[in-house]
Amino acid sequence: MAKGAKPRVKVPKTAAAGEVVTLKTLISHKMESGQRKDKEGNLIPRSIINRFTCELNGKMVIDVTLEPAISTNPYVEFDAKVDEAGEFKFTWYDDDGDVYETTKPIAIA
Amino acid sequence: MKKGIAALVAASTIFGAAAATADESAELTINGEIDIVTKTAAPAHLSDALDEVLSGWRFRSDQTQEMQMDDFDNPGMLGVEEGIEIWNTVDGSKGKSCADCHGEPEEMAGVKAVYPKWNDQAETVHTLQMAVNNCRENAMGAEPWKYDATAAINVEALLASVSRGMPVNVAIDGPVEAMWEMGKELYYTRTGQLEMSCANCHEDNYGNMIRADHLSQGQINGFPTYRLKNAKLNGVHSRFKGCVRDTRAHTYNPGSEEFIALELYVASRGNGLSVEGPSVRN
Repeated sequence: MAKGAKPRVKVPKTAAAGEVVTLKTLISHKMESGQRKDKEGNLIPRSIINRFTCELNGKMVIDVTLEPAISTNPYVEFDAKVDEAGEFKFTWYDDDGDVYETTKPIAIA
Repeated sequence: MKKGIAALVAASTIFGAAAATADESAELTINGEIDIVTKTAAPAHLSDALDEVLSGWRFRSDQTQEMQMDDFDNPGMLGVEEGIEIWNTVDGSKGKSCADCHGEPEEMAGVKAVYPKWNDQAETVHTLQMAVNNCRENAMGAEPWKYDATAAINVEALLASVSRGMPVNVAIDGPVEAMWEMGKELYYTRTGQLEMSCANCHEDNYGNMIRADHLSQGQINGFPTYRLKNAKLNGVHSRFKGCVRDTRAHTYNPGSEEFIALELYVASRGNGLSVEGPSVRN
């Protein structure tokens, strides 16, 4: 696991059926671009989150390709239409092969 | 075609103006529950120089302002989370954590608001970081942190976060008076090849542009500050260093007596504003 990678998400607890809700996600990650050099002039190897996905009950809500120019601690905010109660699953894919996952339930009010 | 270009130029000019001029009348509430005073009457010692004191938050663009209005959107809160971990972690020869003596971080509410302040035992002015190090060395038997080290800033951010909304109330008389006078002297002394004092920008020209940046009053009620330019929490002394460097002067070091005095003086200029840290600035 890349040092200090920790996902955070903010999902409303409830939604009306068919409501469009806003989801906020952030993962703490250094997002090393692979362009920088250290004090000795050696290239610091790239280490970024390269993909982020969100699913609701197994159905893809958003699938994002992240590139090296994205800043440290990438924050992604997006909307999702909620037709039925269930569980959001958020997944981040690290360059080093690690996968970070977190889930949040949502109920229909 | 020509008309199209003219319209485009006009549009970009308007956009440029809007981006440069912050909404100085906006009010700050964090998480919809903590009301922050970002504008108030200047403290008595400052009444000759300023009518009112303004938090740096008022000088930032709408987008930057909004980042501070919700803890989830505030990247500085990542530092606070790390601060909580440090708070609960045992360190040093005496096998104690911060929490063992102090309990929950929330019990430290109000502490950040009165620092820097006089320490009777050490007979000197302590900044909050020095007070934490004092605890680490004497109560925990742990290594003190380097000034403005990441861990020190994270704990300072945690202590600031639990005091948010409380008025800054730094004492300027009694035993601290000599240090306060020293800080005031530094504030008004021109330094560097550019021969600029703190006051030249932050008292005489706040609200104006300095190249692409909107000059604030240089208040430190929002420290530690998450700066978008370096994507991390910044300490007051490191920020002072950046400013002094920009006057093309040799700077004092973080943790030096000069910067402690300056922190005391500048903090007192914000007496009455709310503690706001960790704030978001550019």
